[in-house]
Amino acid sequence: MSSKKSAHEILEDPDFKSLSSQKNSISLVLTILELVLYFGFIALIAFNKPFLASKLSEGKATTIGIPIAVGTIVLSWVLTGVYIWWANNKYDVLVKKVKEKVGG
Amino acid sequence: MHQTIIGQTNPIAVMFFVLFVLSTLAITYWAAKRTRTTKDFYAAGRSITGFQNGLALAGDYMSAASFLGIAGLVSTKGYDGLIYSVGWLVGWPIVMFLISEPLRNLGKYTFADVVAYRLSQRPIRAAAASGSLVVVLTYLIAQMVGAGTLIKLMFGLPFELAIVITGSLMIAYVLFGGMIATTWVQIIKAVLLLGGATILVIMTLAQFGFSYGELFGQAEKLYTSKFLEPGGLVTSPVDAFSLGLALMFGTAGLPHILMRFYTVPDARAARKSVFIATGFIGYFYILTVTIGFGAAILVGQKVIMGIDAGGNMAGPLLAEALGGNLFLGFLSAVAFATILAVVSGLTLAGASALSHDLFVGVIRRGVAAEKEEVKVAKMSTVGLGVAAILLGILFKGQNVAFLVGLTFAIAASANFPALLMSIIWKKFTTKGAVTSIYTGLITATVLIILSPTVWVDIVHKDAVKAVGKQVKAIEDTTKAKVEALEKQKTADPAQAAQIDARIAAEKKAAEPQLKEAKAAMPKAIFPLKNPGIFSMGAAFLIGILVSLMSREETAESKFEDEKLRSYVGIGAE
Repeated sequence: MSSKKSAHEILEDPDFKSLSSQKNSISLVLTILELVLYFGFIALIAFNKPFLASKLSEGKATTIGIPIAVGTIVLSWVLTGVYIWWANNKYDVLVKKVKEKVGG
Repeated sequence: MHQTIIGQTNPIAVMFFVLFVLSTLAITYWAAKRTRTTKDFYAAGRSITGFQNGLALAGDYMSAASFLGIAGLVSTKGYDGLIYSVGWLVGWPIVMFLISEPLRNLGKYTFADVVAYRLSQRPIRAAAASGSLVVVLTYLIAQMVGAGTLIKLMFGLPFELAIVITGSLMIAYVLFGGMIATTWVQIIKAVLLLGGATILVIMTLAQFGFSYGELFGQAEKLYTSKFLEPGGLVTSPVDAFSLGLALMFGTAGLPHILMRFYTVPDARAARKSVFIATGFIGYFYILTVTIGFGAAILVGQKVIMGIDAGGNMAGPLLAEALGGNLFLGFLSAVAFATILAVVSGLTLAGASALSHDLFVGVIRRGVAAEKEEVKVAKMSTVGLGVAAILLGILFKGQNVAFLVGLTFAIAASANFPALLMSIIWKKFTTKGAVTSIYTGLITATVLIILSPTVWVDIVHKDAVKAVGKQVKAIEDTTKAKVEALEKQKTADPAQAAQIDARIAAEKKAAEPQLKEAKAAMPKAIFPLKNPGIFSMGAAFLIGILVSLMSREETAESKFEDEKLRSYVGIGAE
């Protein structure tokens, strides 16, 4: 049994506060990680070409730059996976809780 | 000599393409019966699942330009092409972390719905529609011109006919089938493109014993180890950073991408679709890069660049070499289908900006009958389609590569900052949003025009050529003189030394001439190739400053409602 609350009241609710602050921090942290990942890669190209050009192992053609570039693509996808995992397991539970309080 | 039928009419390609067109038209017919309301037309009745929308988003993003262009770039430039492909993916996580859920929870059909949520409807919708339309039109021109050129190469059709076919089919899909047809065309095309590229990669890797090490080993043998190292793509770190910003945040400001989030039932499905899309797009880029390296080895740079200097035919040539005429025909048809699907998505996004934002939001002040809005949306579709055909023909033979950069720069500068600030910042005001959008739009456009890509390569094309000619003439004269002197050399070391001295003197004499000739080379007024760092920065700065100077109490009072809806989805449509 719950009565309809105003937006202001819900926003002051500790459950909503925890939900919004968790969502903000995870979004911010993951965005920064993605920026560091990509611009780190660009910085390597701009400032340390010899490192990317060095061979993965002696006598082989593959350069370190190749797995790093492919890794940037794969890790970007993994980060979206991390967000999905968090959102499905944590965020949605909190959303449900808040929605129940609102009574809708 | 490598034999290819590329450039001639290929009956197998035509057959596959006709098959694609017939099945998509059948889908359009089916979709037309389900398209009655605005919700159907703009948002497919919100009936698309997260997975389906993920495929459709990937379809929207994997254009023929990225399929053929990245494979071409890798085959001709090696590692630099790989760097380029990474840049196209990294915007997607940003879309997910910052935009997808609030966008879905707050809006109805267009991203302007979100920006205008608690601000004054008319000025915001006019500004946001301008941003959307410029992005849609520049991207459409780039796609249409690319389509005409590619179809001419692959099917042997005349440029104008190719454009008219593309334009007419795209109008048919959108006009009759709205978002439902557009989504399914996109999904079919994504499956065909991913499937085709996967088969091509398996066939390629089979040539190297399924070993990437072997593939790169052969590439090194043919093109030296330079081919597997970063080359000339990133020279100026500031330029690379600026382009990176535009690519990252531009993806989060593309109207046809943002619009897709309204086709799913809720925020949960919206974020799932980004996860699916990012996975498929990343996988696709890895395939495309493999195709590029494979083509460089198995077809050879000489043949690839002999057909198209930009390397665009690397993928099709590889398909022909490995799978014969049948596979080439299939892949050519898939590339055509890709172009069609992408321009359809763009046209629908443009039409929704015209009808939902400009007609209903601005002209009718938010009040219009459902039937009337659908009618205007359909009229806009036809108008945009005809405009796209005419512009495509008008820009025939022009260098339109800069338009893609411009599209992303404007999307990142005009659309993204206003969208983000409207979601997260309580004190954001109407004036702040409007000035931010126009600042981003104008700064990005003007700076691109003054940049090396347009100011030097296009506006002063003739001057660049003239300088090049002059420099070459001076070099040729010196070379001829040096050669003549070399011939006079005898076995006598003293005489040879004397001639060497004269050669050195000739070379030195040519230096000031060369310097003078090169000084006449036109210079860009704005030094960066991509203005992202400045235009996006300016849009944020102006948006913040103007908002701080113009307090808007009604907007602030609605922020709590917006916040609740944005996080929890209460009241979301």
